Amino acid sequence: MSDTHQHSIPFVRDTMLPEIEPPGAERGIVKWMRTNLFSSIANGILTLAAIVAVYSILSGVVPWILNGVWDAPSIRECREILQGNVGGCFAVLTERWTQLLFGFQYPNEIYWRPALAFLLLFVAIAPILFSKVFPKQMLIFTGLYPFVAFFLIWGGSILTPIFAFLGFVAGYLIYSRLVQQSFAAGFFGGVIAAMLFWWVTSFLPVEGLIAIEAVPSRLMGGFMLNLILGTVCVSLSIPFGIALALGRQSDMLIIKWICVVFIEFIRGVPLITLLFVASVVLAYFLPPGTNFDLILRVIIMITMFASAYIAEVIRGGLAALPRGQYEAGDSLGLDYPQAMRLIILPQALKISIPGIVNVAVGLFKDTTLVSVISMFDLVGMIRGPVLASTEWNGVYWELLGFAALLFFVVCYGISQYSQWLERQLQTDHR
Amino acid sequence: MTTFSDPPQASFRLSMLINDTRYRSYTFQAIALIIVIAVFAYLGANLVANLRAAGLTIGYGFLSEPSNYDINQTLIDYTSQSSHLRASVVGILNTLLVSFLACITATVIGVIAGVLRLSPNWLVRKLMAIYVEMFRNVPVLIWIIIIFTVMTAVLPAPNAFRGENATSSMLFGAFAFTNRGLYLPAPVWGPGSLLLASIFVASVIGVVVYRRYATKLLFDTGRLLPMGWPSVAIFFLPTLVFYFLLGRPVTLDYPELRGFNFQGGIQILGSLIALWFALAIYTGAFIAENVRAGIQAVSRGQTEAAASLGIRPNRIMKLVVLPQALRVIIPPLISNYLNITKNSSLAIAVGYMDITGTLGGITLNQTGRAIECVLALMLFYLCISLAISAIMNVYNNSVRLKER
Repeated sequence: MSDTHQHSIPFVRDTMLPEIEPPGAERGIVKWMRTNLFSSIANGILTLAAIVAVYSILSGVVPWILNGVWDAPSIRECREILQGNVGGCFAVLTERWTQLLFGFQYPNEIYWRPALAFLLLFVAIAPILFSKVFPKQMLIFTGLYPFVAFFLIWGGSILTPIFAFLGFVAGYLIYSRLVQQSFAAGFFGGVIAAMLFWWVTSFLPVEGLIAIEAVPSRLMGGFMLNLILGTVCVSLSIPFGIALALGRQSDMLIIKWICVVFIEFIRGVPLITLLFVASVVLAYFLPPGTNFDLILRVIIMITMFASAYIAEVIRGGLAALPRGQYEAGDSLGLDYPQAMRLIILPQALKISIPGIVNVAVGLFKDTTLVSVISMFDLVGMIRGPVLASTEWNGVYWELLGFAALLFFVVCYGISQYSQWLERQLQTDHR
Repeated sequence: MTTFSDPPQASFRLSMLINDTRYRSYTFQAIALIIVIAVFAYLGANLVANLRAAGLTIGYGFLSEPSNYDINQTLIDYTSQSSHLRASVVGILNTLLVSFLACITATVIGVIAGVLRLSPNWLVRKLMAIYVEMFRNVPVLIWIIIIFTVMTAVLPAPNAFRGENATSSMLFGAFAFTNRGLYLPAPVWGPGSLLLASIFVASVIGVVVYRRYATKLLFDTGRLLPMGWPSVAIFFLPTLVFYFLLGRPVTLDYPELRGFNFQGGIQILGSLIALWFALAIYTGAFIAENVRAGIQAVSRGQTEAAASLGIRPNRIMKLVVLPQALRVIIPPLISNYLNITKNSSLAIAVGYMDITGTLGGITLNQTGRAIECVLALMLFYLCISLAISAIMNVYNNSVRLKER
């Protein structure tokens, strides 16, 4: 019986069959469309609706951009060139772009100064943003940048920013001398030293000494004004925000309540009312006869606004740290400033980065509100001088689209950077 | 032999104020208090000196004087002879109106966009991503101005609707989009409409009662009554039946072109629509992100566990995923409502007369009472945000994960 099996041909395949291509519906673009676009009837309807929507938007926008007129002195000429065709009148941008960027009063021949300051901004923030790529020595320039930028944009005597800088140097020297005693002594000593230095130098006659053309800040405008307000207020509000957050978390009741009232008050009112305070009320609270720059008043109010929001973000970061980190600091025998500086704040700030970036982006967008108190920032320029001019009355889409595009590029860039940074800082292993 | 001795009682030295942790906090607090008081005293002294120099006094008496300006949209009776106070109340109501409308619209837009961002449909997902990024990264003021421009500069004037060969026509013969705003039919409350309204309210209550009863029955006996169609029926049927029984007490007043403008119906100003719609789609983008984050925060295991228990997909969403997602979604949602209310102060940019436009705009400019007006304005917004955050805290506490 068994030999029948012995002599039968073994059914064992010794060569592999070549792979067969998957069926047409299961590969390539068809498969992709089936899973991603038409996985069910409802999805198919959604896809068709989306295609219709995209088509109707693009069919309006694409000819408008492609037919755009880039070279014409006024909207009437634009219309003549277009002869009733659909097309944008982008000539307003080529004609007025310097006004949109710098405002209509900033002296034309020194546009290169704010432009240079803008370029140097990237050099200055590069070592902060990409600390692993750029050498640490570049941070020296970052420290100098605010004074350089001030000198370039506002002009005047070079001695003013130099004295301001030396004040910080004096403060730092005193601080490093006293900080061995205690942090508080060092900190307050440094502040007092810097104040004293500035007070003394404020009596020196620096007007016109080694000076370049001075530009008063009421002449600033356009997107430059948005950028100035945004960068200055965000960078100023981070230290204030940290201080407020620590104050709110503190055990000292009076300090805690001062911080709580400040934060809740500022967060409870819209930025517009704070700008009203800057423009119409603040003057009543200053010594009679003093005349603050409007920009300076606005910077003060926006900084207060932003620091309240940043304080809440950082408070979240502080609260998210495990208690063990605080206890670790105590058990090492560190005092409060040391524990904060070395253990708590580095971790808390890392947690708060997305929130801080959110506040920064929101704040940068909110700088457009200064147009409401009749300052000519980008939006103010568009609504005021440009649209009101006889040449360009009626060119809404091009101008507003340009403004939207500028803000989009900056804000989207910042938020993409923050997501990248979050991934970089992820040091825990999950 | 051991000797117990108390530590030597150190006498108080002045240096302990800064070096001894027991006293240092008191020192710091005292310094902080003194600084704050000094700053306020300094500001107050300046204020008094400045006011005396300008010959002004602080007082709210001006609020009772006639305002002498017109407001284009009022919810309560108002003429230019009414007081500034009444103008402010009109402004407050307008603020609340636009905030309320924008909150509801933003929630609807945000929830739809947030859910669609998680859809398996690639095209829809990308479109929603573009919507969210586009609106989040451009200032709301620009959106308000863009939509206001559409309303005022792009839409036709009322006289474009006139004549045989009119260039524009009304939508369904009832809605007219003009550069002066949107005209739509207004309900006319005839006799018997009060009864109809009360029947409608009663049927709403009826729906709630029915659903409560059905839930209770399910928990007590395990018998599941249908929920969907009876609710719809109770909601609509009685009102519809009585609408015809009472001889159609509510009719619509259609806007009609008479003279230079539309007459009748309700006119919604372009500025209100611009503000409402801009706030809604701008904040909707933020809400969409919150909704997406909330749904993604519910771990997949929850859905799978529910599925393995044999619960149907839409019930999984309703009974398992949503209750947990809402815990994540609601707090940022409420702070978005707060943002809408605060951002509605941008009305001043398009001339919608909210509280910022009346009290902080024309009243301030007419009377020159800058301090009083700005202070009252701030207090109003402060009250609103404190009220909203109080509600939020109550809600947060009630849905908080209860751990034992």
